[in-house]
Amino acid sequence: MSLKAFHLIFVTLLTALSFGCAAWAFQTGSLFWGVMGILAGIGVIFYGFYFLKKLKNVSYL
Amino acid sequence: MEIPYTIENRPDTGIYNAKLGIWLFLASEVMLFGGLFSAYVLLRVGAEPGTWPHGWLDVKLGAINTFVLALSAITTLLAWAACKVRQFGKFKFFHACTILLGVTFLCLHGYEYHDELTHYEVHLTNGKIADGHLLDESKDFDLAQKTGSLTLEGRMVEDSRELVDLRAPAAEAAKIQEITVPASEISQMGNYGPSHNTFTAIYFTITGLHGLHVLGGTLMILYLWGPGSRMWKTDPERFTNRIEVSGLFWHFVDLVWIFLFPVLYLT
Repeated sequence: MSLKAFHLIFVTLLTALSFGCAAWAFQTGSLFWGVMGILAGIGVIFYGFYFLKKLKNVSYL
Repeated sequence: MEIPYTIENRPDTGIYNAKLGIWLFLASEVMLFGGLFSAYVLLRVGAEPGTWPHGWLDVKLGAINTFVLALSAITTLLAWAACKVRQFGKFKFFHACTILLGVTFLCLHGYEYHDELTHYEVHLTNGKIADGHLLDESKDFDLAQKTGSLTLEGRMVEDSRELVDLRAPAAEAAKIQEITVPASEISQMGNYGPSHNTFTAIYFTITGLHGLHVLGGTLMILYLWGPGSRMWKTDPERFTNRIEVSGLFWHFVDLVWIFLFPVLYLT
């Protein structure tokens, strides 16, 4: 597995963590940090597409 | 003698040797951290109800550290991508960022450790407990001789169970004040170090081991950024593979933190 594939796994888990943190923040009553978590999650998704486009010629192996 | 398969893929594995080596190493690392995570889960599940600490760690500091490590994973990838397209200047820039971010993570973690180690739980002879950060200690303070005094910034509680859940409304509403305690009134005291309780023991063990990995990774990347980068002039393909291998290790370290942060800070 290349760094590209590992980075994709990393980005996926980071997205899950961002949305998970947002849910945690909403549950504890922190609206600001909840919104920040959602924005971070969306940002990471956009970054994921950006890096896949940048490394489209690099193998997953 | 030439080392085989440093650049071209080995026919039977389909990858170059260093990549196979790092994945075998990371497999052993998964078992190491997996064992510690299992220990954490079993300790937590086995704890008496109402005794497992909540809210002892600074979530904002943990979130900043998560951001720092996530950013460093991105700069590592960009450094490798720069090598792939033969842009050595960009590689130098992105890897310098990775090193700085690694050092930042270690500094923030050091600050957090300092915060834990200067936090004291002081049991008084009247049965009450003074809990807080050590502000000052008189010059003649000696617990064994019962001389002098110490000053904490924290709160006074009747029962140690009040210190377990710091997210509870009563704990959040507690008034933080300066408390001066004469040594003659102290029955026992200890900081929030690894020996404080099961939570701090597993917290220091896992985060300490992870911190050592960050330190090792930072030193490795520093070498590749500095003296190790001379290989770029003689064998850029092989150097690019080295950057990929170091990036795989760094991503693993980041991935461990992605699991550690919610488990230790949010639960």
